[in-house]
Amino acid sequence: MKFGIVTFPGSNCDYDAYHAVIDQLGERAVYLWHKSRDLEGVDVVILPGGFSYGDYLRAGAIARFSPIMHEVASHARRGGPVIGICNGFQILCEAHLLPGALMRNSGLKFVSKPVHLRVENTDTLFTHRYEPGQVLRMPIAHGEGRYVADRATLERLDNEGRVVFRYVDAHGGLTAEANPNGSLHAIAGIVSAEGNVLGMMPHPERAVEPILGSVDGLGIFHSVLERVAA
Amino acid sequence: MSLYRVAIHIVPRRGLLDPQGKAVSDALHALGFSGVRETRIGRFVVLEIEAGDAMEADAAVREMCERLLANPVTEDFEIEGVHAIEGAHAT
Repeated sequence: MKFGIVTFPGSNCDYDAYHAVIDQLGERAVYLWHKSRDLEGVDVVILPGGFSYGDYLRAGAIARFSPIMHEVASHARRGGPVIGICNGFQILCEAHLLPGALMRNSGLKFVSKPVHLRVENTDTLFTHRYEPGQVLRMPIAHGEGRYVADRATLERLDNEGRVVFRYVDAHGGLTAEANPNGSLHAIAGIVSAEGNVLGMMPHPERAVEPILGSVDGLGIFHSVLERVAA
Repeated sequence: MSLYRVAIHIVPRRGLLDPQGKAVSDALHALGFSGVRETRIGRFVVLEIEAGDAMEADAAVREMCERLLANPVTEDFEIEGVHAIEGAHAT
């Protein structure tokens, strides 16, 4: 299977994603330059973390107009899998491929640390290899990760099982302390209505081998691999 | 066509937590400005635009705000004024 990793000016987790796919999954991956209009036949698109266009105006606001994003949106409309991590999640929201927005962390600080996530829905393209309620550990590294959406959108996300990850404590409990950025409903990751677009602030590509301190991110890659290859 | 200068205020939507505004409110209280009830911190954009008249310039800027300059999920915008730049005629 072939993954396409989009590189924007300011992306800095593109190599991490590449490493996860090539060295840990043993699958193929290509970098897709933001000015390209060709997805090169990839099966899955990854929008990696970083600070595309220096986060000018708002995180993700400018990247969304890159030529490649037109192709990413077409891929998503065809049902193709798209994974947006950190800045990639911000871009997906700005591009209206996912609802809501990511705002400045409630504590104002950039937060870089491992967090715990609870898998809220295992019936998705990206999470079916996890156990319901499984608690994962993977890093976050962002200054603008506070997920917000209007009340109706939040209700819809909840009712449709589209909240796939929430910030929790090590035991899986929802506590204010476990929410690192003030996200509404402790939301760490969501999927689109059709289920083929995932956006999440934590970094699964940095949790794919024991030397990194966690292998909990692998489940996302294996989940999508199994479904798309099938 | 004439050249217009347009000023735009963009602020976090009321009711959404603005942690930067809250931190500044706290600092203002510490300085003794106890009457401060709310502070919201946003962006101030000034742009110059060619348009047939002021209404056309205003309409174009409104669309820019809705589509790019402000995020409708989190921000409100206000176009402060559309002013013709004297002596400048776009070619």
